[in-house]
Amino acid sequence: MSEELHPFETFLRKEMIPHIWCDGCGNGIILNSYLMALKDLNIDFNKVVTVAGIGCIGRVSGYTKTDSYHTTHGRAVAFATGVKLANPELKVAVISGDGDLFAIGGNHFIHAARRNVNLQVICANNFTYGMTGGQYGPTTPLDAWTSTTPYGNVEHPFNLIHLAAASGAVYVARWTTLHVRRLTESIKKALQKEGFSFIEVITPCPEIYGRYNKMRTGIDMMNWFRKASEIRNYSDPAKAEITPERIVLGEFVDIEKPSFGRLLHGMTAKVQEKMKRGNR
Amino acid sequence: MPLKLWRKPLDADKIKVLHGEVYIIKERCKGGKGCNFCIEYCPKEVLEESEEFNKKGFHPPRVKDENNCVLCGFCEAVCPDFAIFTVEKNCEGGC
Ligand SMILES: Cc1ncc(C[n+]2csc(CCOP(=O)(O)OP(=O)(O)O)c2C)c(N)n1
Ligand code: SF4
Ligand code: SF4
Ligand code: SF4
Ligand SMILES: [Mg+2]
Repeated sequence: MSEELHPFETFLRKEMIPHIWCDGCGNGIILNSYLMALKDLNIDFNKVVTVAGIGCIGRVSGYTKTDSYHTTHGRAVAFATGVKLANPELKVAVISGDGDLFAIGGNHFIHAARRNVNLQVICANNFTYGMTGGQYGPTTPLDAWTSTTPYGNVEHPFNLIHLAAASGAVYVARWTTLHVRRLTESIKKALQKEGFSFIEVITPCPEIYGRYNKMRTGIDMMNWFRKASEIRNYSDPAKAEITPERIVLGEFVDIEKPSFGRLLHGMTAKVQEKMKRGNR
Repeated sequence: MPLKLWRKPLDADKIKVLHGEVYIIKERCKGGKGCNFCIEYCPKEVLEESEEFNKKGFHPPRVKDENNCVLCGFCEAVCPDFAIFTVEKNCEGGC
């Protein structure tokens, strides 16, 4: 071994590495892909805020050398909205879990998308509440076994692509951690869009989801992704439900719409101007 | 008798096959049955499992045949632990 350094050495908070994620967990791949996107775009790390909620993936905020914000459970999008409105110069990316964003945080998500707040939201969907012991949640597939559905899940999961598209997101994509190149390209695209973009990343949690569903290792889970994946760019979001047989991937939405920040700051300037004239 | 090459591809002198040098940061790796993503998904089967333990009890991968590495960078991109990366090999004297 020589003194060659990993290319992301300076992008990570070294004292926090190695991270706490299990062997075979996909969260590190998402972090890797996110850093690659920032690097490719040559974005100044001082102009980026990485906001995360609570959960295994939430730890991501402690590992990146961007400014970061580890918020309370379910509130990542709400805190991020505040950051973005207070300082529109910053790129604000939310990286959080399926439970955090769509169970306790569901309302924040749909309304931020509706208002088109200029945020990049990346959801690590591992189909479960990883950190608290693998309970079922709003993305757990029907019939799946979890620590709290020992006979199989009787609830229908959200189709996050459909939810984001219907709520008004201007960019919506889904990849798995095996499609890391395309994921990076999507993150780059999202970071350059004005408005609310959403990327769902299907990611392995062999430790506490896979183990109940006959996929003991990260490779077992990634091989399931490989087998079930179908890339269908710009196909109907309503038809993008995830089943054991089929995981539809691709970009689903890419539209333009003025962001909440632009409209709000524009209106504020207009009203201030009007008041100044009125006072004269 | 090998087929005679009757036409040289126009860009033959421009196309350069890249070769990679693989670096593994063993103490960071969480390899073994639990991960091994780099071994499994390297398109050129450059890596293989090893019995070696790191301090945390994981098995970092071993380079089986570095000559096959085409510097695609997938091992680096798919590693969740920032424990493997490749750099371009200097092939001036031939690889
Ligand atoms: C207000 C509140 N309720 C519940 C919890 C417990 N809790 C911590 S993480 C978590 C779920 C995390 O699931 P997800 O967002 O999918 O992240 P993962 O761990 O799967 O990456 C829950 C319910 C909490 N920390 N705070
Ligand atoms: S419990 Fe699951 S999501 Fe959490 S670190 Fe382990 S593998 Fe990853
Ligand atoms: S992908 Fe990374 S952590 Fe996993 S075995 Fe390879 S080098 Fe180790
Ligand atoms: S760069 Fe590509 S070919 Fe070389 S070891 Fe990594 S995955 Fe294999
Ligand atoms: Mg989860």
